[in-house]
Amino acid sequence: MFDFLTGYDLLGAFWVTVQLTVYSAIGSLVWGTLLAAMRVSPVPLMRGFGTAYVNIVRNIPLTVIIVFTSLGLFQTLSISLGAKDFTTINFRLAVLGLITYTAAFVCEALRSGINTVPAGQVEAARAIGLSFPQVLRLIVLPQAFRSVVGPLANVLIALTKNTTVAATIGVAEAALLMREMIENEAQLILISVIFAFGFICLTLPTGLLLGWVSKKVAVRR
Amino acid sequence: MPVRDDAKDARDDGRYADALVVLRNVDKHFGALHVLRSIDLTVGRGEVVVVIGPSGGGKSTLCRAINRLETVDSGEILIDGRPLPAEGRELAALRADVGMVFQSFNLFAHKTVLENVTLGQVKVRKKDKRAAERRARELLDRVGVASQADKYPAQLSGGQQQRVAIARALAMEPKVMLFDEPTSALDPEMINEVLEVMQQLAREGMTMVVVTHEMGFARSAAHRVVFMADGRIVEETTPDQFFSNPRSDRAKDFLSKILHH
Repeated sequence: MFDFLTGYDLLGAFWVTVQLTVYSAIGSLVWGTLLAAMRVSPVPLMRGFGTAYVNIVRNIPLTVIIVFTSLGLFQTLSISLGAKDFTTINFRLAVLGLITYTAAFVCEALRSGINTVPAGQVEAARAIGLSFPQVLRLIVLPQAFRSVVGPLANVLIALTKNTTVAATIGVAEAALLMREMIENEAQLILISVIFAFGFICLTLPTGLLLGWVSKKVAVRR
Repeated sequence: MPVRDDAKDARDDGRYADALVVLRNVDKHFGALHVLRSIDLTVGRGEVVVVIGPSGGGKSTLCRAINRLETVDSGEILIDGRPLPAEGRELAALRADVGMVFQSFNLFAHKTVLENVTLGQVKVRKKDKRAAERRARELLDRVGVASQADKYPAQLSGGQQQRVAIARALAMEPKVMLFDEPTSALDPEMINEVLEVMQQLAREGMTMVVVTHEMGFARSAAHRVVFMADGRIVEETTPDQFFSNPRSDRAKDFLSKILHH
């Protein structure tokens, strides 16, 4: 029944999906945190930039962003992100696009977490002489992160599935292989089920694990 | 004009010539509400000033203005001869010298009791971690919560939390301590354990500004009572004078309402 699978590197394709997810997750967590810091900063210019970034980026379809990294950054502006061969260039461009997009959602999840930190925590931190960056880094963000593990898990699951858009610029991840198999094999339903199952295998444990973490690290007040 | 008495005269005579906190002609509005009306107040080094008065009279705002948790519209505030700087590094440095204890404790919820007391020493005073921990344990012992050092704030009673908050403020070795209604959020049986720590501090010569409804504390620990109502300092005098012979009608009215029970 599964004879048609021979000759396809199913695991290899999902491995690329995992790599896209991991690199993009780390990048968007860092960039999203910086954006959130900008959005609550006392400097109007930074606040303005953070707000503008989030409102522009999250309203552009991911496909447009990913295609732009290839057509705009690489083919027009010759930005190849330090890579020589097309496979690596496209992979890196896709990660860049995914980070750009996902960071906007990380930022907003984190900002809602920052809003759950009582004002008294900030006042107490300022009262012992901590500077604004210290208050953010030592008091506000640690508490904010703990309260948004659940929402961040949603963002991570969405990111995992969004990596399929990288297929549009030829990154050999799961969705590209699926397209190829659908063209070549007469097993449409089975192929769809296999790939759906593959993604569930990636995202379901993520959700369960982070749900457990969320309870574990919750701040008691 | 505020009614003034011995304490004020004494300060003018120079008994409190060593002024640590000075407010001159301070005004503040919250929208249409005029919460501080040309406040003049001087707190001498080692002096314990208790601010009392009806709710909404501007007591807390006054207290919070001293370390600029509230900004003021006009007037001047000096700590140890230096005007309060605007937001930034300098203000942070000044705040480290001004200890603050809040009504709702505000212990850092994600840090243990010990970490609460060491954080400022390490991050602001740049003390060595071990020295900071030693100091923290000393202070926790002094306020009677040494055995709780490794717990999280939510595991402690209100009274214990507030004593940890006092230790956290003392760890910065502040020049002056501000107490913003430190016992108002406590169950009655926990009020005394906090007041005792404050009494002890007062005896040791700490400069203190205490906003409170605890008249017993005002009587026994204060060098001076400042009575505030409607954004004004209505009367400032010794506790004896204030409780036995208030001069202003506003103070008489206030005392008649609270001292009957």
